[in-house]
Amino acid sequence: MNILIYGTVNSIIFALVAVGFTLVYGVSRLPNFAHGALYVLVGFLTWSLVNDFKLFYPLAILISLGISAFLGALIYRLVLIRLRGMATSEIIASFAVGLIILEGLRLQGIGGFKGFIGPFYVLPSFIDSKIRIAEVLIDAQRLIVILGGVAVVASIWLFTHYTKTGLSLRAIAQDEQAAMMLGIDSDRAAVISLSIGSALAGLAAVIILPLGNVTAEAGYRILIHALAVCIIGGLGSWAGAVLASFVLGFSMIISTSLFGSVWESVVLVGAIILILIFKPSGLLGKQKELEERV
Amino acid sequence: MERRRERLDRGIKVRTEGLYSLTSWREMSYLLVPRIVLIFGLLLSPFFLEMYWQRVLCQAGIYALLALGFDFLAEYVGLVCLGGAFFIGSGAYISGLLNAKMGWSPFLTIPIATVAGAAISTLVLLPCLRLRGIYFAIISFMFPLLTVYIIVALNIFGGTEGITALATFPNIWVDQYLILGIVIIALFVLRRLVTEDFGLILRSIKDNDQAVKASGISITSYKTKAVFIAALLGCFGGAYLSHLYGWVGISQFALDYSILPIAATVMGGMGTLVGPVIGAFILTPLSEALRGFGQMRVVVYCLILIGFIVYKPEGLMNVLQRKYHQFEHWEEV
Repeated sequence: MNILIYGTVNSIIFALVAVGFTLVYGVSRLPNFAHGALYVLVGFLTWSLVNDFKLFYPLAILISLGISAFLGALIYRLVLIRLRGMATSEIIASFAVGLIILEGLRLQGIGGFKGFIGPFYVLPSFIDSKIRIAEVLIDAQRLIVILGGVAVVASIWLFTHYTKTGLSLRAIAQDEQAAMMLGIDSDRAAVISLSIGSALAGLAAVIILPLGNVTAEAGYRILIHALAVCIIGGLGSWAGAVLASFVLGFSMIISTSLFGSVWESVVLVGAIILILIFKPSGLLGKQKELEERV
Repeated sequence: MERRRERLDRGIKVRTEGLYSLTSWREMSYLLVPRIVLIFGLLLSPFFLEMYWQRVLCQAGIYALLALGFDFLAEYVGLVCLGGAFFIGSGAYISGLLNAKMGWSPFLTIPIATVAGAAISTLVLLPCLRLRGIYFAIISFMFPLLTVYIIVALNIFGGTEGITALATFPNIWVDQYLILGIVIIALFVLRRLVTEDFGLILRSIKDNDQAVKASGISITSYKTKAVFIAALLGCFGGAYLSHLYGWVGISQFALDYSILPIAATVMGGMGTLVGPVIGAFILTPLSEALRGFGQMRVVVYCLILIGFIVYKPEGLMNVLQRKYHQFEHWEEV
C-alpha cells in the first residue's frame, strides 16, 4: 500500500516534470535544455520573493511563473530563433543557457549576492497537515502533487485539443509547412510553446519543491528525468509520456524500498537502455524505429 | 547606398589545390606556413612561459584533446556528446588505480588506461548509439553524474577523497611535451582520417543514416569506432591528468571537462578540427584567470559559447581561413 501511494506520487512528479519539455519538443522540435534550470530558478525566485520581499505566497508563485514564461520567450527570441534547424547548435545553446542560470544561482560575492548554496531553501507547503489513507500516513502536499499533476496534464490536453491557440500548436507539430500555409506563424507558435513549457517547468517546481529543499543540483536531475520520460514514452504520444512516468515512478520507488536509494539513478539509466534495445521508438511511440530519433 | 562584401578566392589557393602545389616554393610555403606556425607555436610556447603557466599549458592540452574529440563526434558523426568528463574520469581512475594498487609506472599505466578507458566508455555508450541528437546528448551527459553518484554512494575507489600520492612525471618538460606531442599527432591524424573513406562514411551517417544503412553499411559499427576514437583522446587526457597532479578524484567528472571543450569547439569553429585546439588554448588561460571566482568560470564559458554560436557561428578558424584564402572588398549594389 505504501508503495502504491508513494509510487503514484512519484509518477505524478515525473509526469509534471516531463510535460513542459514534451510540449516544447513536440510543438517546435526545440530541445529546451534549460528546462531543469528554469525549474530550479522558479523555486529560488519564489523563495526569495516570499522571504526577502515578504510577498503573499500565491502572489509570489504567480510572479515567478510569469518571469519563467517570459524567460522562455526570451530564450527563443534572442538565442534559439537564429539556430532553428541546426540540431547541434540548438542543443549546445539551450544547454548553455541552462548552465548560466544554474551556475549563476551559485555565484557568490558579486553585488552582495550570497548565492544559493546549502540546504536552507525550503518552500512552505500549501497545507501543512497529514492525512491517513488506508493505513498510510501521507502529508497534504503529496496529495496536492497528485491533484495538481492530474489537473496540469488534463488542462494541457484540453488546451491542445479545444482552443484555437492549442490547435494551431498541434498543427505546427504535425506539419509545419501546411500549417504555415494556413496562416499559422511558426515563430509565434514556438514562442508560445516555449513560454508555456517554461511556465510548466515552474509550475512543477512550485508544486513539487515544498516536499524538499531547493538546490541548484536538482536542475540536472530534473532535466534527466524529463528526457528519460520522453525516451521511454516515445515522442508525440501523451499517453506514452504518462505511462512512462508511471513505469519510472513505480520502478524507482520499488527499487528504493528493496535496495536503498543508491540504485535510483541506475534504475533510470537501466530502464532507458532496456527500452532502447527492445523498443527504440518508446513504449507508445508511433515513429519508425530510427528515423525520427533526431 | 547598399553595400555588400564580395569575396574571391586568391589565385594561389586554386593553384595549390592539387599536385601543382609542388611547382614552386611560394606555393609550397603557402600550404606549409600555417601548419608550421601552429606546430612550432605549440612546441616553442613552453620556453616563453613561467612555471605556473606551464601547468596551465598542460591543462589546455587536455582540453584541446577533449575538444578535438567533441568536434569529431559532433560534426563528423552527428553525436553531440555532453559527457566529455566521463572519458576524463574513466581514464584517470584506471591509471590511478593501476598506479596506486599495482605500482606500475606512468609510462605503462597511461597507454593501458587510454585503451581500457576508451573500451569501457565505448561499451557504456554502446546501447545509446542508436540515438541521435538530443537523446544521445542527454544520455552522455548523465554518465559522469551517475558515476560520481555511484562512487560516492558505494565509497569505492577512495570515495570522495579520491586516490592520492600517485607517481608524477620526472619534470615539467616531460609533462608539457608529452601532451603537446599527443595533441599535434591527434590533430593531424584526425584531419587525415576524416578525408579518408572512413570519414566519408561517418559524415554520411551524420547527414542521412538511412541511406548509409540502405547501402549495406552497419552504422552502429562505424559509430562505435568513432566513439572509440574520441574516447581514446579523452581517456588519454584523463590518464595524463591523474599523473600530472598525482591525484585522482571525483572532481575529474566535473562539469568543466564537459563544457569547456564545447565552448572551445564553438569558439574555434565547429568542423575544422584545428579550431577546437586553438579555442582550448585560448579559453583555458582565460578560465585560469577566473579561478578566483568559483562557479563564475562556467558562466563565462557559457556566455562565450552563446555569443559565438549566435553571432559568429562559423568560429574563429573559419574566419581566419577565409582571410587567408580569399580577397574581400566592399561593392556597391
